[in-house]
Amino acid sequence: MSDDKKTSELSRRGFIKVSAAAMAAASSPMFFTKGAWAANEFRNNPGDASSVKFGFNVPQTGAYADEGADELRAYQLAVKHINGEGDGGMLNTMKPLSLKGNGILGKKLEYVTGDTQTKSDAARASAKRMIEKDGVVMITGGSSSGVAVAVQGLCQEMGVVFMAGLTHSNDTTGKDKRRYGFRHFFNAYMSGAALGPVLEKEMGKERRAYHLTADYTWGWTQEESIKNTTEALGWETVAAVRTPVGAGDFSQYITPVLNSGADVLILNHYGKDMINSLTQAVQFGLRDKQVNGKNFEIIVPLFSRLMAQGAGDNIKGILGSTNWHWSLQDDGSKAFVKSFWQEYGFPPSQAAQTCYVQALLYADAVERAGTFYPPEVIKTLEGHTFDGMGNGPTEYRAADHQCFKDVLVVRGNENPSSQFDLLKVEQIVPRSQVEYDPAIFGGDLGPYEV
Amino acid sequence: MDAIILQLLNGLDKGGAYALIALGLTLVFGTLGVVNFAHGALFMLGAFCAVSIQSLLTISKQVKDESITFFDAYKEQPYLEIWWGDTGTAIIDWAVPLSIFLAIPIMLLIGVAMERGLIRHFYKRPHAEQILVTFGLAIVIQEIVKSFFGANPIPTPSPEIVAGSANIGLLLGLGESVVYPWWRLVYLLFSGIVIFAVFAFLQFTTFGMVVRAGMQDRETVGLLGINVERRFTVVFGIAAVVAGLAGVMYAPILPPDYHMGMDFLVLSFVVVVVGGMGSLGGAVSAGFLLGILQSFASMTEVKSIIPGIDQIIIYLVAVVILLTRPRGLMGRKGVMED
Repeated sequence: MSDDKKTSELSRRGFIKVSAAAMAAASSPMFFTKGAWAANEFRNNPGDASSVKFGFNVPQTGAYADEGADELRAYQLAVKHINGEGDGGMLNTMKPLSLKGNGILGKKLEYVTGDTQTKSDAARASAKRMIEKDGVVMITGGSSSGVAVAVQGLCQEMGVVFMAGLTHSNDTTGKDKRRYGFRHFFNAYMSGAALGPVLEKEMGKERRAYHLTADYTWGWTQEESIKNTTEALGWETVAAVRTPVGAGDFSQYITPVLNSGADVLILNHYGKDMINSLTQAVQFGLRDKQVNGKNFEIIVPLFSRLMAQGAGDNIKGILGSTNWHWSLQDDGSKAFVKSFWQEYGFPPSQAAQTCYVQALLYADAVERAGTFYPPEVIKTLEGHTFDGMGNGPTEYRAADHQCFKDVLVVRGNENPSSQFDLLKVEQIVPRSQVEYDPAIFGGDLGPYEV
Repeated sequence: MDAIILQLLNGLDKGGAYALIALGLTLVFGTLGVVNFAHGALFMLGAFCAVSIQSLLTISKQVKDESITFFDAYKEQPYLEIWWGDTGTAIIDWAVPLSIFLAIPIMLLIGVAMERGLIRHFYKRPHAEQILVTFGLAIVIQEIVKSFFGANPIPTPSPEIVAGSANIGLLLGLGESVVYPWWRLVYLLFSGIVIFAVFAFLQFTTFGMVVRAGMQDRETVGLLGINVERRFTVVFGIAAVVAGLAGVMYAPILPPDYHMGMDFLVLSFVVVVVGGMGSLGGAVSAGFLLGILQSFASMTEVKSIIPGIDQIIIYLVAVVILLTRPRGLMGRKGVMED
């Protein structure tokens, strides 16, 4: 009996011990390699493939096709440099740098392209196609905030990182920010903050401003940001008139400015609208006008050299802000301008620079993370600080995935030395002046795992 | 008062462009019975005649850009400026007015080629098919232009001498704030002259008489032994020239891009419908009327009462006119009613 009892006790203890040991043994590989296990599960994992693909989603048709073409040129150059071809461009100046010039994690970088048409639905459809059919590990590009917000939402749902191209609305990294979306380009708030002191210095504290605003999300956020800045200076806002996108002839919106008592016209327009409204405002003699004993001034808060080309001589002397300009003399800018100009015969636009940098930053983050697994890449990008890419020391703020860096205040060049020399950098506004609390725009980044 | 005068001028100016495009549309519709959706593309091609002349005059030599020091970069300098200095610059400055002389033969040729090559095969086909083929043609023309000139608008400035604005307030004894761009005044005058010329041509020439007779009763004119078709081909060419000239002169106001024709086409169709299908006088008066109404509707005072009225006024007027006068302001009975 006693033997039986002993045997029984031993057996139970033994069973528990063995079970515990077995469970621990069985679970330990899972516990220690949890990341690796999940990493094998993620969408479009390149695994052992010898190559990996990026999806360049840019406007190839429609009003922003020229800007899209410039973005694509920059991406093609970035692919070359990442694969170790060409002169290396910013890979020679980027700090810190993990890329080795042999692709990403030893895999050759390839790409597919999609056409956003500058329409949210078309942009989402082409991004979806590139993710599902072409198996891209990252989507990047675009030339509109509406598109950026739409594609960013899709990328979050599908678990693919989105590196935004040219998008200037506060919403992209504000109320519509996403864990999988990153923006290198500056935003409307920063334009306002950068322009404020310059406007005060140039135009004083007693001004009456009249806004003409493109009637959609980007226009509204820019109007709000610039109004906040100018009203804080003491300026009065006489009127803020919304104009339909693509109005063409703005004469009926410009003539009321003449009799409004305003002495500053702020054009919250981009692209074709900016070209047309600025051209027509100058034709109406606004720049030669004197109101309230002061010279009438026009401000275009978001400038682009490509768009400035469309406005011709009308851009001369007009103040605005921009993310980057090819005439900057830092090593990163010079390296990029040289590569781009020698490849294509003309200097890159600000859209090209932001796209080129975005492609490099993602590739470098993967190299550093040692995996394409998106949550790890995202964590590597969050809070990442870097330099040598044309904008001075820059940080990808973890709280909203917005890059913080210096902002350029520019003026239309009065005496351009060539057809590319349209904007003159007036001031490089330090990062500290354009920083803000991420809480002011709200929004929620969402989860790492989707 | 100042604001009203300015908006009236804006309206007349806009109306001038609408009227010129609608005039051509109506002319084609009244004679050939074709609804030509490619007519906006002709307006755009006219503007690109100005761009082409400007590009020809500014053919450039690659010269080293001395401002770039860290590698060899090149910029462009027009041969005309290199050869003739200030005279060359002055010729480039007058590119838009010079384009008028080129635009007339080119647009006539394009119009005739379009009619002979494509549109005449669709005379007896239903209107829906005519609309589809001409709309398709418009897209093809747009894409061709885009492949050559890109998607960005191209600045095509007016000559320096009329680049500024005229102080019409002082001339009329109003305030100093009533200024209006010289080029827009030139455009208004130009559209008036072209409209007058087209009417005079139709009214006072034998050719015009036959065309008018053909518009009334094509069959009878044909039975009289007159080759109406050949004359109508010329009419299509004239309509193309009118649209083209409207485009050339509009280039300094709206830097041309490949899509500008489409933007005007829809409005011009509304103008034709409001004026009355096939009525030339109707097209012109409706063009000016809608231009003026659109300008007044954009006034801040009006928009504060009815927000967004500036964007719908034209369509609102069209609805009202069609409800009260289904044939438009000056429409004739029997046109497009068979």
